[in-house]
Parts: sequence; C-alpha cells; structure tokens
Amino acid sequence: MQQAASAAATMGGPLGSHGGRARTARRSSNLGDRIFEGIVTAAGLLVLGLLGGIIVLLFIGGWPAFREFGFGFLWSAEWDSVREQFGAVISVYGTIVTSILAIVFAVPVAFGIAYYLTEIAPEVIRRPVGIAIELLAAVPSIIYGMWGLFVLAPFLAQYVQPPIQDWTMDIPILNELFGGPAFGIGIFTAALILAIMILPFIAATMRDVFMQVPAIYKESAYGLGATRWEVVRNVVFPYTRASVVGGIMLGLGRALGETMAVTFVIGNANAISPSLFATGNTIASVIALEFPEALQGSLKLSSLLALGFILFVISFIVLATSRYMLRPRLGN
Amino acid sequence: MSIRNTALAAAAGLVLSFGTAAAQQITGAGATFPAPLYQKWGEAGQEPTGLQLNYQAIGSGGGINQITNRTVLFGASDANLTAERLGQANLFQFPTVLGSIVLVYNIPGIESGKLRLTGELVADMYLGKIRRWNDPKLVELNRELNLPNLPIAPVYRADGSGTTFQFAGYLSIVSDEFKTNVGQGTSVPWKAGTGGRGNAGVAGIVRQTRGSIGYVEHAYAKQNNLAMAQLRNKAGNFVYPTEDTFQASAASADWLSDPTFGISLLDQQGEKSWPIVAPTYILLPKNPTDVAGSRNVMRFFDWAFKEGDRFADELGYIPLPQNVKDVIRQAWSREIKGPNGEVIWTGSGS
Repeated sequence: MQQAASAAATMGGPLGSHGGRARTARRSSNLGDRIFEGIVTAAGLLVLGLLGGIIVLLFIGGWPAFREFGFGFLWSAEWDSVREQFGAVISVYGTIVTSILAIVFAVPVAFGIAYYLTEIAPEVIRRPVGIAIELLAAVPSIIYGMWGLFVLAPFLAQYVQPPIQDWTMDIPILNELFGGPAFGIGIFTAALILAIMILPFIAATMRDVFMQVPAIYKESAYGLGATRWEVVRNVVFPYTRASVVGGIMLGLGRALGETMAVTFVIGNANAISPSLFATGNTIASVIALEFPEALQGSLKLSSLLALGFILFVISFIVLATSRYMLRPRLGN
Repeated sequence: MSIRNTALAAAAGLVLSFGTAAAQQITGAGATFPAPLYQKWGEAGQEPTGLQLNYQAIGSGGGINQITNRTVLFGASDANLTAERLGQANLFQFPTVLGSIVLVYNIPGIESGKLRLTGELVADMYLGKIRRWNDPKLVELNRELNLPNLPIAPVYRADGSGTTFQFAGYLSIVSDEFKTNVGQGTSVPWKAGTGGRGNAGVAGIVRQTRGSIGYVEHAYAKQNNLAMAQLRNKAGNFVYPTEDTFQASAASADWLSDPTFGISLLDQQGEKSWPIVAPTYILLPKNPTDVAGSRNVMRFFDWAFKEGDRFADELGYIPLPQNVKDVIRQAWSREIKGPNGEVIWTGSGS
C-alpha cells in the first residue's frame, strides 16, 4: 500500500507541474466516478479475499491430516494410500531440490543472456533474441513435459548420464550423487526442464535491471581502464544485486509450483535418494496425480490439501522475500 | 386445402421439433478406463435411444464422489465398492464390461509374446527383490531365451487408477509379501521402479527404457504394438493375452455369488484363463430423486447390453456373458425404487 502511495506521489509530481487541470479533473467527483471507484476497489479487494479464502480453505481441508499425524506429517516419509499413512517430507524434499537445482542451472545462463543483450549484442540482435526469450515463457508447460519425456529423457539416458556416471564412479561423494540406474527421468531431468521454464523470467528481470544502470557509471569505469568483466563485477552487479536476487526468487516461486511438466519427467516415486538421477516427486505432482482418486472425507484427500497448504506457505515465503528484495531502493 | 396442408406441415414440424427436444441428456462421471467405450456407446446409441450421453472421465474416485453427492445421474468406478460403502451412500453397482491388464516389456532381442513370467516373479520385481533380467529364477522359466544382464526397471502408474487397483490386487493374491508390504489400492506404495502418468506415460517410459517392464490395459498395449509377456495362470499354464484367454476368464467366474457383483475375476481357475481380468462398474442411486433420468440411464445401458458388444470387441474390451446381463436387469427392478417405492425399471418398454 505504501508503495502504491509513493508511486502515486511521484506521478503526481510531473502532473502538478503541468498545471492544475489534471488535479481539478480528479477532484470533481460525479456519480460515474464514484461507481468506477467502487468497482476498481472491489476488484482490488477481491484478490485479497480470494487469497485469504484459498489459504483458509486449504488449512481447513488439511486439518484432519494435521490432527491425525501432528507435526510428524512434516517429516514422515510414508505415503501409503492403502494403510492411510501420509507424510510430506519426500514431496517437500523433491520440490525444494528440483527448484534449487533449476535455479543453479538457470541463473548462469540467464546472466549470460542478460549481459549479452545489454552490453555486447549489436542493436539488430537485441530485439529478436529478447523476444525469443520472452516466447519461451509462453510455451505451455505440458509441451515442456512431453518434450522432456520423449526427447530430453532418452537423450540424457543415452548420452549424458552414462558418461557422468563413468567419470564419477570412483569419486566418493560424487558417485553417490550421480549413482543409480540412469533412466533419463528423475530429479535431475525435472530440474533441467524447470530451469528452461524459469529462464525467461530470470533473464528478463536481469536484462531490465542491467539496463537501469546509469551509463555514466559504466563509462566512468571504462574510462578508468576497467575491463568488461571488471565493470560487471564492480559496477553493474553491486548496483543491481538486490533486484537480481529478487528476479531469481520470482523464478524460484514459479519452479516450486510447476506441476504438469514435472509430473511427466520426475518419475513419481515416493523415495528420497542421495542420487540426483533417482526418481522422486514434488508436492504439485503428488497432488495432480492423486487428487482424482481421493475419496471425499478420506484422510488422503485431507493430506493432499495439507500438502497444498504447505506448498502455499513455501511459495508465500519465497515470494515475500522476492518482494522485499525488489522493493524500490531508497535514495534512487 | 392449402390451410389443411399448412396445418399438417405445422403439426409435422411440431412433432419433429418435439423429437429433437426429447433427446434427453444423461450425465455420468468417473472411471477413465471404460471412457472410450462409453463415448462410443454414447455416439452409437443416441439415435436408437434418443438419449445423449454426457460422460466425464474424471477418474473412479471422482466418479464415486460425484454420485455420492448426486451431482450426476450415474457414477463409474473401476474398483468395486464394498457392500458397506454402497449402503452408506445408498448406491447400487453393476458391471458393464471387462478389461484386461497385460505386462509389457522392453528387453533388447526378445520379441513380443516370448517372455514367460509368473505372478510371484512380477511381484518380486515390483518389490525390488529381483533386480536383473538374468536372475536364475527368470532364466529357469525362459530356457530358450537369452536373457541379458540388464537391470530390471519396473514401471507403474503414478496417477491413482483402477488399473493399479486390479494389478496390485492380482499381485496381492499371488504374493503374500506383496500383500503385507504394498497391498491393493488405486495408488499403492511401490517398493521399486518409476511412475508414469496414465497408460501413455507407462508405455512411453517402457518404450524408451531398456530393461523395463510395466502394466497397461490390453487395448492400449495392442494399439501401440508393445511387447507383451506370457503369464502363468492358476492352472499352471502359460497363457498369452488374447481375446480367447480373456473370455475364458470371464466365463469361469462365479458372477452370481455376490449380489453387489463385487466378485474378483483375478487369478481365475480355468485352463486358458488370463489371470488379470477385471470388470468396471456403474453406480446408480437406489433412491433417485430424478426418476426419469435414472430410468434413462438404465434404458441406455439396456441398449448397450443388447447392441453394444461389437463396439466393446472393437475397442479391446470383453462383453459380459448374457446371463449376467439378465441378472443385472432384474436387479435394476428389484433395487432401484422411486420416492414412493415404485419400481423404476420395468423392462425395455418403459
């Protein structure tokens, strides 16, 4: 709310300097204006109401599971529909590991794209590449899922995973990390698909904030004899750090909730393995797969809603952090 | 004269428009497994019955939820409901067709139909106890094949499904260890392997993973030319999944032993029986509020029982034996009553 107010204030500045006309128009209120105000206020509050309603409903729906399993629900590895024993730890683990890995894969590439587009690319290239990156965001997630299962997974199983396994076979920790049968599907593949999916969000944010760096700072640095890398390292990056981290968090938020593509390629096994090539599941994939067969009033349905609540809380924390980082920087 | 003609034409028009208006909707929701057949029946039956079927394949669990809430005229489920659950929701269930589940595999150099398996060994694969294709127990069964030293990758349905319910039910019958550690359900805690989404997901993973084995509905395996394994049945014979062995299973079942038709066709007796055959069910309220709608549902399935077998054959399902269909019709009259206790189904004339 404060942000909105300050934004309004800054916008009011130039308006005021142009003369009193805009101001007077705003003050003169007739019936139409008031109706319009009412409608837009309702639209704004609707979002708040919806969000609150969803979180309350998820909690109420998940309550029987929380009551039955207590805090144990958070760290139980059981997911047994036959004996009605449910726990969240495997899907929470899968969700967090795939999302973080996706960030690890996506951020360097996104940085490369953003830096290339703002500093190196000739004008002619900037627009087409920029648009291509944004189009990546428009590809439906089921397409990514199918492509992942039918193209990427066989490719990984044949050409990527075996060499990595051969190479790490005798290295103590790495052989655990890349061990197990190479099916092509699993945590690693899911993270890779997620990385492609969140790449446009992170790259676009980075490009935008890199462009905000005042040219005079960079030119001064170049004038002092700094190399390109030194300019990025010492001028661009410190200037944009908070916004870059905010953009990454935005991508992370998206990765956490992605359902369809992940469901196709993660293998959907209820197990935690030290290996990144092993299969697993995520909160969103479990809900998508199990929901149609969950009977009303069953503990399973309640556990799925409880999982939804946990995902909501995780996403909320991530997005709140990103908002905090992306807040308008004071003094600029 | 001309006035009379106009009046006649108008009357004809009225009758015609009444005719189209009478194409009543019947709504149902549930199991995905019989959905292609119900769709086909809906198309073919619209003309003769004047009923328009609106079937939503949302999964058996969803179908049970919807009919329990009475938001549809009928529900559909692959897993039979227990008498207790039927009583609670005041529902009546009857089977429509049978489906069969087959094991598909991807082992380099081994053609479709060559591999021989037993239920116990399949259970051990899904328990993670047998891990390689050249395991002595597998070699023992397949002397004439050259089984490779390849890890076994079991593939299962990751989404809750009636297919899993029946397959896990079969493995629970043949393996006590599977029964205690995994059990029967629409989704079960598998001990080994990876999950694919839907028949397509399982088939996709099997096709591209060397050493994999999975279970899918027969119709699906057939359409996609997947390599299918032989299974040893209760009589001790190795049988190949064909219409004949499925029919043998359906014929040898004792359908009338349970008034709710909740019999298991898994692991049937019989020389030629394919061991994993299972019916799919329709759920109807015993006390429908929409009496006409409920009668229409029965009228539709009455038509399907009379005329729909050839569509079932075409699509790879197994029609019910004639005597079972008759018993179902009798049960409609006996079990489903209007608000004043009147019989809703009085035969095809109603």
